[in-house]
Amino acid sequence: MSTTKPEQTAPAVVAPPLELAGDELLVVDDVKKHFPVTRGIIFQKEIASVKAVDGVSFTLKEGETLGIVGESGCGKSTLARCIMKLLEPTAGRIIFEGRDITNLSRAEMRPVRREMMMIFQDPYASLNPRKRVGFIIGEPLQVHGIGSDSEIKRRVQELLEIVGLNPEHYNRFPHEFSGGQRQRIGVARALAINPKLIVCDEPVSALDVSVQAQILNLLKDLQRDFGLTYVFIAHDLNVVRHISDRVMVMYLGHAVEIADRDALYAEPKHPYTGALMSAVPLPDPDAGRARKPVVLQGDVPSPINPPSACWFHPRCPRFHAGHCDVETPQLRPLGVEGHVAACHYPLEGWPLTEEEFRGSGAQLPPAADRDE
Amino acid sequence: MALLEVNDLKTYFRTDDGVVRAVDGVSFSVDKGQTLGIVGESGSGKSVTCLTIMGLNPKRTAMSSGTALWKGEDLLTTTPKRLREIRGNEIAMIFQDPMTSLNPVHKIGDQLAEAMRLHEDVSKKTARARALELLKAVGIPRAERRLDDYPHQFSGGMRQRVMIAMSLINNPDLLIADEPTTALDVTTQAQILDLMKRLQDEFGSAIIMITHDLGVVAEVADDVVVMYAARVQEEGEVRNLFKRPNHPYTWGLLGSLPRLNQDVERLVQISGQPPSLLFPPKGCRFHPRCSYVMPICSQTEPELADVPEATGHHRVRCHLDQETKDHEAAKLIEGTLAEAS
Repeated sequence: MSTTKPEQTAPAVVAPPLELAGDELLVVDDVKKHFPVTRGIIFQKEIASVKAVDGVSFTLKEGETLGIVGESGCGKSTLARCIMKLLEPTAGRIIFEGRDITNLSRAEMRPVRREMMMIFQDPYASLNPRKRVGFIIGEPLQVHGIGSDSEIKRRVQELLEIVGLNPEHYNRFPHEFSGGQRQRIGVARALAINPKLIVCDEPVSALDVSVQAQILNLLKDLQRDFGLTYVFIAHDLNVVRHISDRVMVMYLGHAVEIADRDALYAEPKHPYTGALMSAVPLPDPDAGRARKPVVLQGDVPSPINPPSACWFHPRCPRFHAGHCDVETPQLRPLGVEGHVAACHYPLEGWPLTEEEFRGSGAQLPPAADRDE
Repeated sequence: MALLEVNDLKTYFRTDDGVVRAVDGVSFSVDKGQTLGIVGESGSGKSVTCLTIMGLNPKRTAMSSGTALWKGEDLLTTTPKRLREIRGNEIAMIFQDPMTSLNPVHKIGDQLAEAMRLHEDVSKKTARARALELLKAVGIPRAERRLDDYPHQFSGGMRQRVMIAMSLINNPDLLIADEPTTALDVTTQAQILDLMKRLQDEFGSAIIMITHDLGVVAEVADDVVVMYAARVQEEGEVRNLFKRPNHPYTWGLLGSLPRLNQDVERLVQISGQPPSLLFPPKGCRFHPRCSYVMPICSQTEPELADVPEATGHHRVRCHLDQETKDHEAAKLIEGTLAEAS
């Protein structure tokens, strides 16, 4: 089931070679997306490439929610766009409903697009300010030629009701709505053609907490009522925990840990996941101040010139010289069934004190030469 | 005497549609070395409160009343010249967006030095040395070389560090941070909060932290003010507020947060939208969205009153009886409030 690798680099990181049960809605197999960096005006020469997504694999069953977390620049949005085929993946395969859609042409993609929709981050930028809400929500129906004008109108009003807006606001413009209401419009648009899969790219990041709760509750209700499958991208670990069944942690274009929600949050294995979790502020003054966050040094390195071997080694508190910077760790099973992480020195337990987190024999990573 | 004492502060803006009451009678005080968190949704008036204190509202449309006593001196009535002396020197501000608050065409080192030379008669060399010292203090690697870099050469977290360095360059007594970590990733946020705490220990500055993230408030604040629709709805010591919240709006805010250490099937949601500040609701400003609303709530606005049996400072503006409040607060802490409502 594994694919041939197009080029050298580190050995393929294939989450234990994809075993398909046959009932997966979506299979992402070793997907890569490299953006060329060119120099020269007339004779453009490719001098490097940004490895935005560099070999990510996962499977998703119908009705499941996969949460994807990571810092900005880790490639989570690029991955989402590859899944939607809004970007052409450089390598790898995307299998949707058992059909390889990686190399389909635009025309061939069209029927597939009826099954997958996307909700975007910014409810201000993702709605056309000159179009009425009725048109915005009904557009997917028109594009796919579903229903007559009056049928579309009825469907749009039904959708407005489903997402908790007043159906009489059919003729309003986006600017007449608040941020939370706009995001509901985005959700209604995504639901219009009854898709199976919805890719949500940071759908609540731009919203106030109380509005965020409304949208999260709505997404959960819709999943229950319509059996939707979500790929839910966010940088907020609390939000991802709330909505996901399984969670994938990304760092620099790679999946560093994948596990069931409960397993991941109870016992993270990868030091990066641990650092992320310890950095989340807790809304509890006693518990929050009692624990000490693992403060990572420096910033995420540039994906143009990523660190050798383990991508996380320049910032890792568990860095072992001569191992972590030489041998690339593979995603391997750790802990309970279905829990995989790519680390030579996974965390032994959770929560850990600062010393335990560092582990024995760890050295200070050579971070100084990599801070830009 | 408190370092900053704000009393019955009001800021109204004249607009074409009428008068917007952005801040409507807000009082609080900050002592030396203390951290005050101001929490609320967008449009609750938290940022305008701080802009008013700093005298940064547009002169033509804004009207303010009340007092903001800075070491006994009223900032609202003092001269623009005196305000300029205080601003950036005794009181410094960190803005939300590090991408837009630095000048893109000047080098970081020059921008830092300028902030110092505006307030103190020092040579360029001294100012540059001080800029370097601060860049090192906020943890920017190879600070000597980065002094001559432009803002676009820094990442978001690094730029926010530069902003913090700039705000600290004159050793301010009070630092007003308006959503300083909202635009940042969690790991960077942890770095910045850690840095602010360390600098506070070192320089003894007071901090006003404006945020909508209750997690951040719980971690750094000593006192918390919860604002809703231009008014303070609840205030008190951080433990009182998180362990025994007394206002339905605070319950909504706390309950709408998904948490790492708690499983809830549904989040508490505050229904409806925040009210327009052109025509704020009569009576309690929260009553149109409150699930505990009583007839009296739409008639008279409750006073900001002391919470009975509170250890330390804790005041709330709500008509509900204490028994119900304690009962509901306990349910919230257990995470069962959402199923009930």
